Amino acid sequence: MGAGASGHTSRANSRRWGRLREGEERMNKTQVAVIGGGPGGYVAAFRAADLGLQVTLIDLEANPGGVCLYRGCIPSKALLHVAGLLNEAKHAANWGIAFGEPKIDVGKLNAWKKSVVQKMTGGLGELTKRRKIAYVQGRAKFLSPTKLTIVKAAGGVEELEFEHAILATGSRPTVLPSLTLKSPRVLDSTGALELKDVPKNMLVVGGGYIGLELGTVYASLGTKVSVVEMTSGLLPGADRDLVAYLARRLSTLFERIMLDTTVLSLEEVKDGVKVTFKGKEDAESEGVFEKVLISVGRRPNSGDLGLENTKAQVDARGFVGVDLQRRTAEPTIFAIGDIAGEPMLAHKASHEGMVAAEVIAGEKVAFEPHAIPAVVFTDPEIAWCGLTDTQAAKEGREVKVAKFPWGASGRATTLDRNDGLTKLLIDPKTGRVLGVGIVGYGAGELIAEGVLAVEMAALATDLALTIHPHPTLSETMMEAAEAFFGQSPHLWSAKRG
Amino acid sequence: MATEVKLPDLGENIESGQVVNVFVLEGETIAADQPMIEIETDKATIEVPSSVGGKVTKVHVKASEKVKVGQVILTVEERAEAPPKEARPEEPPRKEEPAPPKAGEKGPPSPKEEPAPVAPAEKPKMPEPAAAARVGEPIPAAPSVRRLAREIGIDIAKVPGTGPGRRISEEDVKSYSRRVNAEQEAAGPSFAGVRAEKLPDFAKWGAVEREAMSNIRRKTAEHLAYCWATVPHVHQFDKADITDLEAWRKRVSPKVEKAGGKLTITAIALKIVASALKAFPQFNSSVDMESNEIIRKKFISIGVAVDTDRGLLVPVIRDVDRKSLVELSVELTQVSEKARSKKLTLEDMQGRTFTISNLGGIGGTNFTPVVNAPEVAILGIARGAFEPVYDKERGEFKARLMLPLSLGYDHRVIDGADGARFLRWVVEAFEDPLLMIL
Repeated sequence: MGAGASGHTSRANSRRWGRLREGEERMNKTQVAVIGGGPGGYVAAFRAADLGLQVTLIDLEANPGGVCLYRGCIPSKALLHVAGLLNEAKHAANWGIAFGEPKIDVGKLNAWKKSVVQKMTGGLGELTKRRKIAYVQGRAKFLSPTKLTIVKAAGGVEELEFEHAILATGSRPTVLPSLTLKSPRVLDSTGALELKDVPKNMLVVGGGYIGLELGTVYASLGTKVSVVEMTSGLLPGADRDLVAYLARRLSTLFERIMLDTTVLSLEEVKDGVKVTFKGKEDAESEGVFEKVLISVGRRPNSGDLGLENTKAQVDARGFVGVDLQRRTAEPTIFAIGDIAGEPMLAHKASHEGMVAAEVIAGEKVAFEPHAIPAVVFTDPEIAWCGLTDTQAAKEGREVKVAKFPWGASGRATTLDRNDGLTKLLIDPKTGRVLGVGIVGYGAGELIAEGVLAVEMAALATDLALTIHPHPTLSETMMEAAEAFFGQSPHLWSAKRG
Repeated sequence: MATEVKLPDLGENIESGQVVNVFVLEGETIAADQPMIEIETDKATIEVPSSVGGKVTKVHVKASEKVKVGQVILTVEERAEAPPKEARPEEPPRKEEPAPPKAGEKGPPSPKEEPAPVAPAEKPKMPEPAAAARVGEPIPAAPSVRRLAREIGIDIAKVPGTGPGRRISEEDVKSYSRRVNAEQEAAGPSFAGVRAEKLPDFAKWGAVEREAMSNIRRKTAEHLAYCWATVPHVHQFDKADITDLEAWRKRVSPKVEKAGGKLTITAIALKIVASALKAFPQFNSSVDMESNEIIRKKFISIGVAVDTDRGLLVPVIRDVDRKSLVELSVELTQVSEKARSKKLTLEDMQGRTFTISNLGGIGGTNFTPVVNAPEVAILGIARGAFEPVYDKERGEFKARLMLPLSLGYDHRVIDGADGARFLRWVVEAFEDPLLMIL
């Protein structure tokens, strides 16, 4: 484990450290202690090591990966890929191809999902070793602004002195006291991803992206899925014109979508969980579900870290306050990822991790993106970055919105997936692209161009003049930009004609 | 009705201060104009009264917190039906909304100002989240360009973009940087070779404790560093034989005491220096290097350094040349008392043309006082002591009470010979005060 040779910051020393590990005196010192091995923590650790710093990475699992790889992005996307295939196979009937009812081997599906996770996390473990990062499996707590105590998974407790620490402990599913029922039938996202079986029916509590993605998986595998959402629409916060496309499709995939409805109570009954709902004006209603998935959000893991022994500040929601360099109020301690604030997304965490590591290595950098993309991996996918309609309306700022509905896209038509829309939010004065929103098949891949456009301060002209390959869905970006100037070749707008 | 009582405009361009004391408690009933907090501004401690009376439902600030003008200090529940008993009947039962009093020309307080933080005062501030730092338009520059600017220390927001949509290119950043450098060079080289030195880690050698500077300490540090760095100092020393003066002082002291003052050497020095400043007007001037002008002041107001338990304060005695020695003694006694009991206002410390620093009460044979810019000279007084002085006529040594004096002056406006002449003049006036009315 993390045995350091020296507390000095010179890069030459850190090279020596590798050799010292073998025999000499172990002082349990490290230059950089990274707490949490998710996509924020491991990227921070790798970058710090690549910059010549001596790094100790601490995580509860045997390998780095965090929620993203073990219980989040990666396993859910493996399952969503399967869901997509099942839906497309069914869809193929429209084109004269019938496969018949699929036979689903849940055990094999799970084994494949597990192998995906193992391949990724094992790979990260290997990369950790190659970088000579000391990996400690355990739970760390701050004793002081320069010292940690680690309860090791293998048993035993040890102390580790550090020059800098990067806190990357992530988040966990929110637990609502009113929705707490100790029952194997009540799942959180972690439990749902374990995919023990395919229940006949399931209630998803919370119409956010996690609930909708996992609901899609189960619905595609054959479960009758109902969704209950407290607010008036699915995916609160996302632009309504994008959500409309998804809502339309989900209304056929899902059994029932209850909006403006709260769950009053959960009660274990003989063959399921009895759920009591309360609608906006309705009286209470009930339903019995074989499984209930609670996906009402995530909260940062900032408790029990010994932060009270440091000057780091935790706000009312549990986020640790950081500056542009991701430094907490305690100068030796940095915080990145979910624990450092919204949006709680892996790719934001990774970039913050790089910034924190570079700052520690003495580089003059800051975390100041113009756009952090968000992707909902439902079918159709929804993706956006930069300014949204919702935000523009809230700030009362004037924007021009250029839309290109996929009904006019050749590629979307060949896929029989015209249920999509690409829109650009454009500054009317400069023509600059301030935000991009996409709903449709593969929107998650398409949004990257939008992020680049926003970051590069591209003008609508730039997108319109950039030749996009035909026939692809990416052309919708170019066509939306053309629509901004009046007329796109494939979209006839009578009022401008 | 709940009213938010805000920190009013305190005048003198004061924008903020540090809370020293909170005089009211939640749940307490206060009268309008009752002091609610005491705050320390750059050089004065001020008691701030509440603009309204009623029951305090919330105190938004704590001692040692920084407060800004316009910030909410208290929430007070005003009782319209039962006016406080002090209220005079002809007054309307409810006072004005405590909208920033006298904010007038400064306009309403900025809406961005947040309500007083409720977080414990001793904890450090939560760093600003990145998102909050970006308001309005994102800077139209590629990530690589933004990073370059940060690396070379250029504020990207200040770089004019030449591209379409005012996009900032790498070349824009570089040319802006070149321009800034060129401007700096044209402005002349700054102090070459002067760099901030990093403090060592004292904790390596023993326990240390860090304490925030008080406002007074910080201002003193900044101001004196400025004085020392910008004023070319010369110090001239001399001694005055005050044997006869001291005998006289003791004799007339009771008379002055009756008037409510103390006839001290400092009071006498005030009188002497005022006369000296009339004889040597360049010592009562300031220098304006921007316009290359000497500003001669037609008034004589002398600051007197007072040692208080909160640090050095320098109250001003105005129009010294027009006041009698008794008047000066009384005023000096009052103002020193005011300084020690934290009652000095900023106004009490502004507008001086010369400073006297008397350390004689403590001791020392002499010292080199720092010119209190924008003044150009300062008189230091150390402790008088009996010394053998050779009397040439009688051919013998005599014990005489000698008062060590030092004159610090700004060599930009005062030549060495004038410095010597000024101090000689002062010494002779101490030895033979009648010379002043000659």
